[in-house]
Amino acid sequence: MGLIPILIGLPACFAVFIFLLKDTRLRQLAIYGGAACVMLLSLVLLAFWIRNGAIPMLLYEQTEGVDFAMTAAELFLTGLILFMSIRHRRFLPVLLSLSQTALVLYTEHTASLTEAPHMLIDRLSLMMCIIIAFVGGLICIFAVGYMKGYHAHNPKVADRQSFFFSMLFLFLAAMFGLVLSQNLIWMYFFWEITSVISFLLIGYTKTDEAVHNSFSALWMNLLGGLGFAAAIYLLAFSGGNVQLSHAVSNGSALILACLSLAALTKSAQLPFSNWLFGAMVAPTPSSALLHSATMVKAGVYLLIRLSPALGGNMAGFMVSMIGGFTFIITSMMAIAQNDAKKVLAFSTISNLGLIVACAGIGVQETVWGAVFLTIFHSVSKSMLFQSVGSTENSLYSRDIEDMHGMLLRLPRLTYIMGIGIAGMYLAPFGMLISKWVALKAFVDSGNVLLVLFIAYGSATTMFYWTKWLGKLISQHHARTEVTDKTHRDEYFSMFLHAAAMVLLCLLFPVLAVYIVNPIVVELFGDAHTVLSMSVMTTMVIMLVSIVIVPLTMFFVSKAAHSQLVPIYMNGANVGDNRHFVNSFGEEEHLYLTNWYLRFEFGRRRLLKPSIYFSASVIVVLFCLMIGGVK
Amino acid sequence: MRVLSALGFLILAPFIGCLLDGFDRILSARMQRRVGPPLLQPFYDLRKLFSKQMIAVNNVQLLLNLSYLVFLIIAGALLFYGTDILMCLFILSTADIFLIMAASSDSSPYSNMGAARELMQVMAYEPITLLVAVGFYLATGSFHVWDIINQPKSAVLLMPGMLLGFIFSATIKFRKSPFDLSTSHHAHQEMVKGLTTEMSGFNLAIMNIAEYYETVMILGIFCLFIINRNWWSWPLAIGVCLLIYFLEILADNACSRVKWQNMLQSCWLVTLLAGGLNLLVLMLMN
Amino acid sequence: MGTMSKSPWLLHYDASSCNGCDIEVLDCLTPKYDIERFGIINTGDPFQADILMITGGINSQTESVVRQLYSQMPEPKVVIAVGICACTGGVFKECYNIRGGIDTVIPVDVYVPGCAARPESIIDGVVKALDILDQKQKALARHRQAQK
Repeated sequence: MGLIPILIGLPACFAVFIFLLKDTRLRQLAIYGGAACVMLLSLVLLAFWIRNGAIPMLLYEQTEGVDFAMTAAELFLTGLILFMSIRHRRFLPVLLSLSQTALVLYTEHTASLTEAPHMLIDRLSLMMCIIIAFVGGLICIFAVGYMKGYHAHNPKVADRQSFFFSMLFLFLAAMFGLVLSQNLIWMYFFWEITSVISFLLIGYTKTDEAVHNSFSALWMNLLGGLGFAAAIYLLAFSGGNVQLSHAVSNGSALILACLSLAALTKSAQLPFSNWLFGAMVAPTPSSALLHSATMVKAGVYLLIRLSPALGGNMAGFMVSMIGGFTFIITSMMAIAQNDAKKVLAFSTISNLGLIVACAGIGVQETVWGAVFLTIFHSVSKSMLFQSVGSTENSLYSRDIEDMHGMLLRLPRLTYIMGIGIAGMYLAPFGMLISKWVALKAFVDSGNVLLVLFIAYGSATTMFYWTKWLGKLISQHHARTEVTDKTHRDEYFSMFLHAAAMVLLCLLFPVLAVYIVNPIVVELFGDAHTVLSMSVMTTMVIMLVSIVIVPLTMFFVSKAAHSQLVPIYMNGANVGDNRHFVNSFGEEEHLYLTNWYLRFEFGRRRLLKPSIYFSASVIVVLFCLMIGGVK
Repeated sequence: MRVLSALGFLILAPFIGCLLDGFDRILSARMQRRVGPPLLQPFYDLRKLFSKQMIAVNNVQLLLNLSYLVFLIIAGALLFYGTDILMCLFILSTADIFLIMAASSDSSPYSNMGAARELMQVMAYEPITLLVAVGFYLATGSFHVWDIINQPKSAVLLMPGMLLGFIFSATIKFRKSPFDLSTSHHAHQEMVKGLTTEMSGFNLAIMNIAEYYETVMILGIFCLFIINRNWWSWPLAIGVCLLIYFLEILADNACSRVKWQNMLQSCWLVTLLAGGLNLLVLMLMN
Repeated sequence: MGTMSKSPWLLHYDASSCNGCDIEVLDCLTPKYDIERFGIINTGDPFQADILMITGGINSQTESVVRQLYSQMPEPKVVIAVGICACTGGVFKECYNIRGGIDTVIPVDVYVPGCAARPESIIDGVVKALDILDQKQKALARHRQAQK
């Protein structure tokens, strides 16, 4: 059963290999090869598992050698963090890193831990593996073409592409390890690797802002790691069993809360959201891979695993409240952003908040919704990040205002971006169905506050996506032509993402029956469908109609011959639809912008109060749990 | 039976909408001590619009407008067929998105501002629509319209707050003062015609017909609050609908247009107080 | 009564008027004269208007504006020149900045003289314009039929 070591080890080897390759052409081939291998291996693992009966498999009981290697690697990571932090004079990461490493090593070597399987292959972990492999692999392929363009017009940034790609592959290896781990100490190790890689990648450009943001990310993720370490300590000294399944069955609120803290920081929930929108300074592939599609999904993955225990528990209450609150506040803050990557960051945090809230309530219906949301969000968000990155390479700007009329300037990118945006909130695409499921599940679980959050939050979500979409399809003939500099591998990745998204939406009922229902069964023991088959097939019909209706209308409107006239500017239109005659008789340029509502919904108004509020919720509830409330 | 109802909606809604619109204009005129147009005036308007020459500012506005109409028809037909009310409301908001796209597509100052205001309007009324659907589910145990109308007691007995909140927000959907920010039926618009500035002739007629479908659909949702298993609930529901429509006309003539901040805050506040409290009570009862 | 004359929507533009005729036009909308009973609505948008009511004479600033507004109205359309300044330039005809009446830039269908034109005359003019509008509509329909 060497498949798992190969699955984890191969990307790691590729990481080393790519780092050493200096020739661009060879490195490119190595990256393509590595991505393909990773995708193939994950499929092989899936096939192997299905052939063995498609039941959960627990593996690897005796692992002294690997444990020893892990300890060594943890010490190396701690040393790296100390070195980098001291060099840049940040002392909080030093404190956090030392305390958590000490805690884990102490626990590992003094507590008597029961021998148990260290890895688990089941439906949920395999689903995550497939997402990581395919979305991650495609992003690596995208990154090849993207980084060429990126360095071409950012000459000030030092070209460290070998390092960048090796970090991406190492990250994939760590994610595989994370989702396949059953032993919490192993999971913690992979968790730490992802934190450090995120830190290194955010600081890629080495500007002051990037360095500052990378340390922000580091200390917040290390805080989560400390929570993880505390949970391991508590579990080890109260029974000696550090299995994830034991944490679930144990049901102690404090342990669950510590693990949840780790998940909340990793998934950038309030009050720990700053690091995610600061991470947008990094090149787009790292934003797409780490900060939207996979690393932040590690946090929600952990929460989904814990969800059977979170229901009815104080820890679950904390998680669901934080999740719901984050959902609505970050979607309000997204309204005020005009930087496209920041909008995507806030939208990621918002959607993660919804998934977190679903996991926190911990009943079958909400977890059903959470799994669906995870699948759809990974694919569409990664596609959106990629299209924004490619747009930036061609337009030299990622301001949404500069995307005005992009349909006429960069049509292919606009279609991809449009599918991504529509997929995020429009009925009847996947995200909307998942949100519907979440709404119904919240109602059934009796949570008034969460129902209100979702009602208001979906209104604000619709606002910022629609105004972006409106900008894209404006029929505005710009003065300057724009050449599409997107490389073939970028389009390859994006088209595959778009196709995957459309397929996933069309095959929604199939997904429910073959993937999501069984996952919920595995977690809870049984499942009852939230949406009946008839509703799901109706959704598929609606999806088909959302493509067919505009297409048909396109042909209908073609048959109608309209005479084109200038737009209405009170008769003062110069004739080119861009200038009008002002009162001095001179030509004045017309500027149209979206509403950003910065004073009502922006960060300046909402961020500090929401951080204070959410932090106090966490502190108060932790105190209650330490005091013994369940 | 349900198919008949959906077909009835499909065919009759524009006529009913036109008659209601004519009634609205006569009533508004009488409130202003004028005579007002004949009752069938909206039909004459539509007939004229269809006969105009087709001009446009770009090639996509018509197709987006037509998509708006089709999706609105689908949403209403699904409602009258008796299926899931939440799905109907989601498709309704999709239809509105198409209208906003149609207005944004011409990249012109007035329609751009109209589109932005329309977007703000959608954000203002969307929470209460979701809460109303949830309220129906909690009050009757089902999201399906067919089940809701076959209950022994009217849903409004359990959901009075939501009815109030929905009436308040329906002012937005009917495009009546004080919430007629994006485009108005009367000529006194400070942004020329707002959303519909660059729409003319056939294009405008499509949008007006879509508005009639929407009016009938919203009145249909009002009826859902009242209709129950008894035969006499149907005329009662229609009576209540007409009363609500009259109240909207009254508000239209009595109030002036407010700023968007006012609209958003008041709608969200009413949603929270009327809808949220109602929701709390319903959840506690369950 | 034809298709157009049952529902004529008008656009009111002030080319260079002293606002006297404009006030009289607005008077027509008031309850005393109430032209909405004929289905007439004062829309401010040329895209949606059938009748262009212009007051005041043409000067250099308004020349291009009037042309553009006229071009943005869909057929069939009529132009009513309200007040003597719109008809011929009126008392300002010899001024250096006034080019003349509206018919120097766009074809006018109905002339309503007066200074200021009375609401009764304006309504009279509009009723005449409605007849012309109907005739234009019939001609347009015949033209479309012939084209097919």
